[in-house]
Amino acid sequence: MSGPRILRCHVGVGPVAEGEALVTDDNFSARYDLDRLKGIFSRPQHKLHGQSYVGKVLVVNTAKGGVASAWMLHEMAARGLAPVAILFNRFNPILAQGAALADMAICDRFPDGDITRLIQTGERVKVDPAAGLVTVG
Amino acid sequence: MQLTDIEEAMARGEHGAPRQWAIAHMQQVGRAFDAADFVEVHQAHIMADTESLGEAGVAFLERLGEAPAADRRVRVPTITDPRGIDFAHYRKLGQTDAMAALERRAIDAFEALGVLMTDTCINYQTIMPPLPGEHQAYGDTGVVIYSNSVLGARSNFEGGPSALAAALTGRTPRYGLHLDENRRGTHRFVVRTRPRDLAEWGALGALIGRAAGSYWAVPVIEGIDGPPDSDALKHMGAAMASFGSIPLFHIVGMTPEAPTLESVCDPASLPVREIGPDELKGLFGEYGAPGEKVDVVVFAAPQLSLVEMQQVADLLDGRRIHEKTALLVATSPGVAADADRMRLTERIEASGALVLRGMCFYQSYAREMGIANGWRRLLTNSAKLVNILGGYGYAPSLMSMADCVDAAVRGRTP
Repeated sequence: MSGPRILRCHVGVGPVAEGEALVTDDNFSARYDLDRLKGIFSRPQHKLHGQSYVGKVLVVNTAKGGVASAWMLHEMAARGLAPVAILFNRFNPILAQGAALADMAICDRFPDGDITRLIQTGERVKVDPAAGLVTVG
Repeated sequence: MQLTDIEEAMARGEHGAPRQWAIAHMQQVGRAFDAADFVEVHQAHIMADTESLGEAGVAFLERLGEAPAADRRVRVPTITDPRGIDFAHYRKLGQTDAMAALERRAIDAFEALGVLMTDTCINYQTIMPPLPGEHQAYGDTGVVIYSNSVLGARSNFEGGPSALAAALTGRTPRYGLHLDENRRGTHRFVVRTRPRDLAEWGALGALIGRAAGSYWAVPVIEGIDGPPDSDALKHMGAAMASFGSIPLFHIVGMTPEAPTLESVCDPASLPVREIGPDELKGLFGEYGAPGEKVDVVVFAAPQLSLVEMQQVADLLDGRRIHEKTALLVATSPGVAADADRMRLTERIEASGALVLRGMCFYQSYAREMGIANGWRRLLTNSAKLVNILGGYGYAPSLMSMADCVDAAVRGRTP
């Protein structure tokens, strides 16, 4: 794939954000999956195990786990060890609530298809949650 | 979102800065889920352990607490989920004075807001269970799934910030589980086995949660022959929510919104998935560890009811846990007070075990505790706990309460 592509999505939460994509078809929970002190995925079964999410536009399938992520995104962002944005096929209330407190960009519901297949790791991504637009490349 | 006059006034800051923040926060969330308006809630339940809050979260609470009393007091009864510290035992567990100091600051901030520090994830068994149709803003996925499913309440998963926003305003955005259309069954399961203990009920919940697999899925379950008890559905629901992010299930002929299959779904349109003894055994197999040294045995997630406290006490009577193995039992401060009075705590702790009040282990710096104590192999009868702790550097195993106690005494798994 080459040239910028524009992907539509539902209105999300948070400010405009830009970064390099880190993509998986696995799911996301701040409590279950991350070593938040080191800024890496730590659950051995996770497909991004060992990889850093710091400063990335994380692209995942859905939100998993409990309510803790709602505080944790804020705490991670305050220490500068957070993704700049997270894109989901479908998020849940906890991630929306966490992004609102953390002032982090998140979006979901892409009518063009599976977002974890529409973006590749390493691509440059700009996320505009209020407009419901994601620009790739 | 459509706002009422009082909500508009809060949004303009006429009810103080905390309520202005709360409305703005909930409007952002409401927009993401196409909420038409707010719905009034009767209670809020806040998950806010200091491991999740961190310094940034505690400072945020303290800023809210600096507002004038009239501006900062919560508007509906507001209670808390388990905390990170039991002040009586934190040093023994390898937790630090810095963790305790942060916990103290968080408690002071919540008390300034008028929050009741119940420190429990079993409020539906112990504090004030919701009524059918009652809208709530509950944190803790186990609380939400039990209250929605078994008691017919209406709550989304409310993370700490949103539960706090609901507490300050007495309302929450009307989306998700507050709406009839999102409470219909989306997945059918037929259970071909009868779980024998709490670990097996949890395993059943884990399998259903994993298969249904999203916040927007509502499992409809048939084949459960006669009601189990509240602790069984507590473990089943907590595991389902943990493995699948599921907020609601129906058991046909048992839970209040499912008198019949047809009342909660269109049966012909949904494929049926069967769960039998082999599937249950398979789940245990994923977390098996035969003949291994055991570092720590944990009963928690959810906190133990008074009935479970008695079961643990009965299993431990006259026995001594292995010198190289720790046994931790987490319950609410309220249940612990009863357990003290009925000498259950004394009987449990005579074995060398520790009863922790207001904690739930995984919300309590589990990673740091594991490193400080050299804990790796962990046994529990909580399917929820084995699901969480892999990411915290533990090798967790799932077995019955009786097998867990035997292993704690021998220092090895069977």
